[in-house]
Amino acid sequence: MKRRDFLAASIAALTVPRFALAQASAQFSGYGRLLILVELKGGNDGLNTVVPYADAAYYSLRPRLAIARDQVLQIDERTGLHPALKPLLPLWQARELAVVQGVGYANPNLSHFRSIEIWDTASASEQYLAEGWLARCFAAAPPPVAFAADGVVVGSNDMGPLAGTGARVLALNDPAQFQRQARLANPSGAAPRNAALAHILKIESDIAAAASHLETDVEFRTEFPKGPFGNAVRTAAQLAANGAGVAAIRLSLGGFDTHQNQAGTQARLLGEFAEGMAALKGALVEKGRWDSTLIFTYAEFGRRPKENDTSGTDHGTAAAHFVAGGKVRGGLYGDAPRLDALEGGNLRFAVDFRNIYATAIDGWWGLDSSRALNGRFKPLGLLKQM
Amino acid sequence: MTSSAARIFLLLAGLAAGAAEAGMGAEDARHFLSRTGFEAPLARVDEYAGLSRREAVERELYAVRQAARTAPPAWVNDWQPPGRVRMMGAEERQQYQRELVVRGLELKGWWLDEMRSTDSPLTERMTLFWHNHFTSSLQKVRSPVLMYRQNLLLRRYSLGSFGELLHAVSKNAAMLVYLDGAANRRGQPNENFAREVMELFTLGEGNYSEQDVKEAARAFTGWSIEPDTGEFRYRPLLHDSGEKTVLGRSGDLDGDNVLDLLLARPETSRFIAAKLWREFVSPAPADERERAELERVAHTLRETGYSIRAALRDLLLSDAFWAPANRGALVKSPADLVVGTLRQFRIDYSDPLPFVLVMRQLGQDLLAPPNVKGWPGGEAWISSRTLLARRQFVERLLRVDENRMAPERMQASDPAKPMQDRMMRAMLDIRFSANEWLKPFDGREAAVQTVLLPMPPANPPPVGQGIELVRAFAADPVYQLK
Repeated sequence: MKRRDFLAASIAALTVPRFALAQASAQFSGYGRLLILVELKGGNDGLNTVVPYADAAYYSLRPRLAIARDQVLQIDERTGLHPALKPLLPLWQARELAVVQGVGYANPNLSHFRSIEIWDTASASEQYLAEGWLARCFAAAPPPVAFAADGVVVGSNDMGPLAGTGARVLALNDPAQFQRQARLANPSGAAPRNAALAHILKIESDIAAAASHLETDVEFRTEFPKGPFGNAVRTAAQLAANGAGVAAIRLSLGGFDTHQNQAGTQARLLGEFAEGMAALKGALVEKGRWDSTLIFTYAEFGRRPKENDTSGTDHGTAAAHFVAGGKVRGGLYGDAPRLDALEGGNLRFAVDFRNIYATAIDGWWGLDSSRALNGRFKPLGLLKQM
Repeated sequence: MTSSAARIFLLLAGLAAGAAEAGMGAEDARHFLSRTGFEAPLARVDEYAGLSRREAVERELYAVRQAARTAPPAWVNDWQPPGRVRMMGAEERQQYQRELVVRGLELKGWWLDEMRSTDSPLTERMTLFWHNHFTSSLQKVRSPVLMYRQNLLLRRYSLGSFGELLHAVSKNAAMLVYLDGAANRRGQPNENFAREVMELFTLGEGNYSEQDVKEAARAFTGWSIEPDTGEFRYRPLLHDSGEKTVLGRSGDLDGDNVLDLLLARPETSRFIAAKLWREFVSPAPADERERAELERVAHTLRETGYSIRAALRDLLLSDAFWAPANRGALVKSPADLVVGTLRQFRIDYSDPLPFVLVMRQLGQDLLAPPNVKGWPGGEAWISSRTLLARRQFVERLLRVDENRMAPERMQASDPAKPMQDRMMRAMLDIRFSANEWLKPFDGREAAVQTVLLPMPPANPPPVGQGIELVRAFAADPVYQLK
């Protein structure tokens, strides 16, 4: 190498490229990778979502609710998706959708509020924890201060996995509305004179910080489905495209507590979910974020295998969940439901939900999840090598 | 005392001149009124400043009403037996479901009106407290008639005997639906009510076993609803009359026996006293002395056969209730914020619907708590979304007269969307007169701060007066506290 070239290369290495390199890696490693959670509120019926269509027991447990073999979207010789999930098929075919069967936990609790508390706080069944698992994760390993927020809760009153004091969490429905209202924030340098005021002042300053970092003019070619979930998906895509990062976003889709006349309700909800997911992928691909986003679903529980007397299903235990993203190794994970080995009428779990959380914290963000999850849980091997 | 605080004190002490020497003064009066009610209006602050603390406490405790004075919606006696609803054709049923939604909103509006207009705000605070304790939700109960009856029950006992209230609410039809008591029968026990009555209504988590829940569920079998009236009915044939053991007591226990066993446990009095503490005093006792005061309240509950009035008297006369450190230590609930702001500024309106919807937006949908645990409350009320929505609500209310949309600019009414039409008319009818409100202050800025804020503002108010100052105080972070 000529001396002049060497010098030029050195100068370049010292200045532009290294800087650019640092930026690029910050963008796509650690919290530069986005996590989106989709809560299926009320307890989605896993058996009619991921259908064991080759199992005769399924049809005898559900004489009215079972989905006929020729209706399911077959993804292998015994597993099929609910027909309303058709918009998810391109994801499955692109091998970017993982279906994790039998997600639950030991000694399942069948109360909505207690069970979602267990999921949100990543506790054991008999353990009471005050803070959400993501809030604990962010408190232990804070995302960069330049981020617009650590986490954003879209369209819900409860903070779920983001509840807690150690994280910068925003709740909003729509960034543009948030930006308009944010002028009403009233941050103060005043000393917090008690815990309640300290909390309010923290929220005030979180709002002000986020407002200065949120872009509201993000446009998409992708069309989003109409309705609250479609709007929430659009908001998530806007946040993903935002220059200043966000580490996690939680969306909710409610109404899955189908004790009565389940068929129509669940089909409508799964349709909304699948169309929303398809739009989300479209929008994230458009903005170059599909490969740096991991999406997974969760719910307080699945539903009882045996249908009830009112064409619905009661609270159950384990259920199938979805993990999607450009870096996901699509396919079936966990264990197919064992309808011949029910426990008190309910499914045994095959995968602890905290293994999915560990997949996000250790596998996706490259952190150590043992503190946030109060124990060691093995990440599922469903991410591509990065 | 800082010089500005001294100035406020002198100014307000002047207001109370001529009253009894033992008068507690304006700051105490403001604190007392905003904690036992929803807000502290100037006229009441002036009046109570001249009372002693004990006089003020007795006055509020004995002003409590057993019945609402706002006339209920016309349909409250229109009970529809479930069998009749099942017989309806598809179209009639759809019509009926829509009617139920409207009735639910009207019922919430009725309660909000009562909160807005009552002369005993403590009655409403306690009724809401019990609604959040003995939760039931329209979402599951579905019958506004039953939810109305439950509300009547909660207000009748709001300061009565907790023991009688527990027995009555356990047999209340809305509760029997909400926690599946009506589906609990011999041979097919449903544990929902038995579990929650221990965990959330009396003992608290950790003070009973799973076995106690199972056995208690059997004791409650036979409690049911008479379809023709929607009232409680005991069905001996559905009762499991076998031997059960609950909390160490065995026998052919029935539901009332189990409730009495729960009331006999000291944990129940402590559980209720602690919840009253969080409602009236602070998020939790701060030290040994405060813990001792809380234990005294629990003791009073036990000694008086669970008199809520006696317990509340103790609580409101405790040192902790009046301690300077506990002023402004509680976050206003959406009810505090919405009803308190409407009452404080004497906002006029013809239809409560907009405020019912604002409360829902702020996370407190009346008669529809999120789950059997009720609203978590405290700091959980405040997120970025709800804080901004709270501030926007107050700001718009204080500017409602200058921003009023001319009726001709509003969309033409659409007969197919009666609720939308109703909402638009309701919005046009909200009125606030800043001048009227400010008149009695007669330029006393310190008194404006006293009635609006529980402690000095977090941000210095603008140099100014009149409505600008009012808006600044209402936008201050401290306005979210009480």
